[in-house]
Amino acid sequence: MSEILSFNNVSFSYTPEVKDARKAVQNVSFTINEGEWISIVGHNGSGKSTMVKIISGLLFPQEGEVHVMKNVLTEENLWETRTQIGMVFQNPDNQFVGATVQDDVAFALENNGVPHEEMVKRVHTSLKQVNMDSFLNHEPHHLSGGQKQRVAIAGALAMRPKILILDEATAMLDPQGRAEVLNTVQELREETRLTVLSITHDVEEALLADRILFMNDGKKYAEGSPQEVFSLGDKLVEFGLELPFAMRMTKLLKANGVSLIGEHMTEEELVNDLWTSNFNK
Amino acid sequence: MMEKMIFGRYIPGDSFVHRLDPRSKLVFVFAFIIIVFLANNTITYGLLLAFTLFIILLSRIRLYFLINGLKPVLILLVFTFLIHIIFTREGNIVFELGFFKIYEEGVRQGIYISIRFVVLVFVTSVLTLTTSPISITDGIEVLLNPLKKVKLPVHELALMMSIALRFIPTLMDETDKIMKAQMARGSDLSAGPLKDRIKAVVPLLVPLFVSAFKRAEDLATAMEVRGYRGGEGRTRYRKLKWDWRDSISLVVLIALAALLIYLRT
Repeated sequence: MSEILSFNNVSFSYTPEVKDARKAVQNVSFTINEGEWISIVGHNGSGKSTMVKIISGLLFPQEGEVHVMKNVLTEENLWETRTQIGMVFQNPDNQFVGATVQDDVAFALENNGVPHEEMVKRVHTSLKQVNMDSFLNHEPHHLSGGQKQRVAIAGALAMRPKILILDEATAMLDPQGRAEVLNTVQELREETRLTVLSITHDVEEALLADRILFMNDGKKYAEGSPQEVFSLGDKLVEFGLELPFAMRMTKLLKANGVSLIGEHMTEEELVNDLWTSNFNK
Repeated sequence: MMEKMIFGRYIPGDSFVHRLDPRSKLVFVFAFIIIVFLANNTITYGLLLAFTLFIILLSRIRLYFLINGLKPVLILLVFTFLIHIIFTREGNIVFELGFFKIYEEGVRQGIYISIRFVVLVFVTSVLTLTTSPISITDGIEVLLNPLKKVKLPVHELALMMSIALRFIPTLMDETDKIMKAQMARGSDLSAGPLKDRIKAVVPLLVPLFVSAFKRAEDLATAMEVRGYRGGEGRTRYRKLKWDWRDSISLVVLIALAALLIYLRT
């Protein structure tokens, strides 16, 4: 497995001139390998958004290094690096640049001087990948939030990025739109083994990841598989993160004397344990 | 709300005029505006009117939409007509009431000017009705391209225009939402004297501006991350195609100009 993105003791402060100022990101290190799905979770102000800005080169860390495809991210290779990173932001409306769906998907391609024939081809294939190919000429105000986010994903895919970053991409969507977007990402991963980094405070979304990075107050508090991270249980609640529904349910059931084995991440596991729990007695 | 918007009036279609390249349509309309002033007698004005009707037929736009476009300038039209009727004092008197006299030349001039107005409004309406805003922007960008030599930021202007057009519906929705929110808190936007109504608009504008700036910042970030570095080295997704239709329409326009010059007195 080759490394796609890594942070090497990265620190960043919005007010570096002030001594002992609070750092938005403090000494954070992690590595993302090809084909992984990583979630960064944490409550507001935990440094998640700052990390996204550092990855996309909108901010440069005062200490430490960011490696994208094993190269250190600098002012010089910034624009080239950006072609390898696909980003989807929170607000579906505020990232839609083109007048129609196809114009928007083509935007990054236009910026990078892709020839016209190649552009048309890529616009069509990437829209097909997110199942929006029948909306080619639609204007943004005729699309739902979930559809707009899928167009944004297509716009990112058109550049054939090494990594897709979802910066709270589902936070402003209704449950249906959220499911749409997450299904699209899952399908994409099955087809192309795309590397995904999703920044979220939705625990159910975080559960889909291979690995979770839990951020608190600018520091990496925990890292590991969803099972490992959520087994911290009450610690996470203390830091303002909600536990997955199945976990809360398990806890309440146990408190009420239902004998269950272990913690449960997903509803399916919980249900399986529930209906078999009496056999185990 | 959208139906009243001048830019929202684009009517998709497949007519001869619809299929013209936006560049040729823009050149055509601008040249036509100049050519209109060549007419100065009954034959030439008649010719202009006939030509305009021909364009409308070609565009297959329903007359209703064009008449609608005429409404905002109707007052101006009536006003200039009356001015000409009242103040031109040449030719025979056609109507007399005390000191108030209407001369033949006045009526004629009034009608001429009205035709000029109607023709101009109709032809420009046909342009906006048959060309999508994004095509118009593309056309303007390409046509203004030579002005890059005199440091006119043509690409930036075109991009600004297309983003502005794209955000009109978004901001309209937002205005609607804020309006309802303020109304729910008891703000009355539609009643009372003018001074009160203007005051009621302030709590509407402030949140709208705040959110517009927020949107602008988000959009700038999104654009930068997607590799936007200005017009240098950019390719275009939309290709404009100049074909025989465009050449023909410009040839016809030149012929019309020549005919008008020949027929004018």
